[in-house]
Amino acid sequence: MSAVLATHGLCKSFGALTVTDDVSLDLRAGECHALIGPNGAGKTTFVNQLSGLLTPDAGRIEFLGQDITTDSPAERANAGLARTFQITSIIPSMTLFENVALAAQARCGSSYRFFRPAHKDRQINALAEKALEQIALTSRNDIPAGTLSHGEKRALELAMAIAQKPKALLLDEPMAGIGSDESGQLTDTLLMLKRDYPLLLIEHDMDAVFKVADRVSVLVYGRIIASGTPTEIRANREARAAYLGDET
Amino acid sequence: MRAAIPALIAFVFLAAMPLLAEFWGGSYVTGLVMRAMILAIAALSLDLLIGTCGLVSFGHAAFLGIGAYTTGIAITEGTTDLATILGITIAISVLFALVTGAISLRTHGVTFIMITLAFGQMLFFTFSALSAYGGDDGLTLWEGAHAYGAFEFEHGLFYIILGMLITIWFLLGCLREARFGRVLLAAKENSTRMETLGYGVFGYRLTAYVIAGVIAALAGVLIANEAEFVSPALSAWQRSGDLIIIVVLGGMGRRSGPVLGALAFVGLEESLSSLTHDWRLIFGPLLIFIVLFAKGGLASLFERRQA
Amino acid sequence: MSSTLLLIQLLNGIQLGVLLFLIAAGLTLVFGVMGFINLAHGVQYMIGAYLTVWFYGMTGHFGAALVLALLAALALALFLEFAVFRHLYDRDHLDQVLATFGVILFLNQAVKVIWGPVPLVISPPEFLAGTFRLTENLNYSIWRIAIIVIGLAIAALLWFLVTKTRIGMLVRAGASNAEMVGALGVDIRRLFMIVFGFGAMLAGFAGSIAAPIYSVEPGMGDGLLITAFVVIVIGGIGSIRGTFIAALLVGLVDTLGRSTITDILKLFLEPSAANQIGPALASMAIYILMAAVLFFRPEGLFPAQGRRA
Repeated sequence: MSAVLATHGLCKSFGALTVTDDVSLDLRAGECHALIGPNGAGKTTFVNQLSGLLTPDAGRIEFLGQDITTDSPAERANAGLARTFQITSIIPSMTLFENVALAAQARCGSSYRFFRPAHKDRQINALAEKALEQIALTSRNDIPAGTLSHGEKRALELAMAIAQKPKALLLDEPMAGIGSDESGQLTDTLLMLKRDYPLLLIEHDMDAVFKVADRVSVLVYGRIIASGTPTEIRANREARAAYLGDET
Repeated sequence: MRAAIPALIAFVFLAAMPLLAEFWGGSYVTGLVMRAMILAIAALSLDLLIGTCGLVSFGHAAFLGIGAYTTGIAITEGTTDLATILGITIAISVLFALVTGAISLRTHGVTFIMITLAFGQMLFFTFSALSAYGGDDGLTLWEGAHAYGAFEFEHGLFYIILGMLITIWFLLGCLREARFGRVLLAAKENSTRMETLGYGVFGYRLTAYVIAGVIAALAGVLIANEAEFVSPALSAWQRSGDLIIIVVLGGMGRRSGPVLGALAFVGLEESLSSLTHDWRLIFGPLLIFIVLFAKGGLASLFERRQA
Repeated sequence: MSSTLLLIQLLNGIQLGVLLFLIAAGLTLVFGVMGFINLAHGVQYMIGAYLTVWFYGMTGHFGAALVLALLAALALALFLEFAVFRHLYDRDHLDQVLATFGVILFLNQAVKVIWGPVPLVISPPEFLAGTFRLTENLNYSIWRIAIIVIGLAIAALLWFLVTKTRIGMLVRAGASNAEMVGALGVDIRRLFMIVFGFGAMLAGFAGSIAAPIYSVEPGMGDGLLITAFVVIVIGGIGSIRGTFIAALLVGLVDTLGRSTITDILKLFLEPSAANQIGPALASMAIYILMAAVLFFRPEGLFPAQGRRA
């Protein structure tokens, strides 16, 4: 299988602190690749470099065979690389539907259009509705997104990412702050997303990771210390010691 | 739609103004109302920046100066055709907005306020240094612009200003609801998210900055024609401050806000200065009071109270 | 231009830079520590000048007038802080701009009502009045030299306060992370008041010592305030060192620009054209400098550590 997204020797430091240390990792078509690691391992910093919010000090990022290392976040998004945020990032005063429609609008031609009301745009609305259906977030479309429950906001982030018609998804802890009852449902959603999009999943919830992921990489102090199938990682001594909290 | 009603009522009232003035106030009142309408046009354009983009520009009066001085210099040099003057004005204001916008939009927050203030002041001093065109003292226009006879009708200028006000109000209302406006509004709240959704926010903001600049420059052309006098004071930072006051007084980001704000501002200025020569002694504290205690501006008074 | 004239312009430039520093230092500290943008800071400068003239008229002694003016300016600043500004710290910048703009409108007009619209003049203290010989046929004002010396001394004092004392440490910490300082259990309100009062005194002091060389008139602080904004934007908001360097830079560029640009243009252009364009270009010089700095460094030359403006 060919790699959709790949990094080669990615490095990033803040002052003396190395947060990404020679990371080479790839995401292949049709798979879910989970990146796990303790707090402060540099997972979010890594995703921020992939999505363009941070510039790596060294190394290359390739997406669909193109070098995107110096592309802006917007260029990467338009190339088909969509992401969600660990700390929910939405437009709070706009309605749930408007949020998804904004994501869809980016895929429906130029936004330098000044006259026709956007909310009557059939193309945008159709794409947004489709994304909402996929995430099963069809109710309460017209209330400000800021007033949604935490779980709904997490689902909204996913719906926005899907409305971007992505060619790969970067999910930064989609389960963050989710209760156990909702996490089961969200795991099902992830399984469904995996059928349509290659997923790079960053997650703390190990049950979800081992259920959804095809491959798992363990990031500790900015380095990948182990990589393999979930079963292999479960059996890997280093990974267990570093992350799974097992000292034996 | 509801949000547009106060402005629509104001337009009807304004359209009847020349007639009403026959009975009360005469040309003094129509002159005052013309000034208010021109300020409303400028404030509408500033609200595109403040209300829609969240960009507090403190140098917006620079564009008034560009429009007014282009008109003044053109007429002094013998070019009185309005279409030509408008063309030159648009070209210069686009250029100025592109250059200053590209620099100021690299910053945010307070730095943006200070930089736009500085650019406005730069233009103010430039106009003051134009000794061939009056320098500090300003420039009196002995002749108005010609617009194929439109200005020669009775109240021709008045209705041209009103027409422009309504057109610009309508177009900016469309812009806000259109794709372009949605991007600006969303980026005001969360520009990082908009970047990761695929929007190059800088380009959208720069475009909005240019649009706002051009509209304010058009207001400047109108000022020159109405007052038949241009001076550096038009682009002084106090003028930029006045425009911000109008936007906030009317209710920023609200459909009818700038129109109501401009009418109220001119009315307030006029009635306070008829009370005392030192009306700023009252206006200053009043402004502080409004900022501290009145949120949402005049336009919010017309909105349905939320539970 | 002769080298002696150039020397004089250099000195004038440094003197303007020093005054700008005294105003901008307070502005940048107040913004750095409190996140508060105070347009009325320029009014403090004006008040300092007026009060000095006023007390000079009463006491006939410049030093006494200066001390009294400083105390009165401080009292006014603390009153304003109490009555208006402290209600604005939690507001957004737009509210702060508008409310402090209201303060300017009021105080400019009040000054006009109390002391009249006509510019006032005052002479420097006797032992510092007059001129000294710079070269054989050129004299230079002693007072301007005094301003430079005093200003540099205050800059050194400020540097000491900010880098070597506990309160300075808090101010620096506050400039990069105000929440953290609050979390340390420091009384933020009191720190704010000290910084604010200190900044206002510096601006008032600038007004006092500027009174003998500039005309004392309503609105005299407005233009200087905007130039001070240019200074702190160039220097990097919150940084004393950046403000000092930027103030001198702006003072020199402005002064030298006004005195040389027209002459330089005459090398390339018709004299009449140069006389037209020169002054306009000279008045744009510091803004072009600012634009150039920002183009390469949007955070200014010396951004306070960890701060994102």
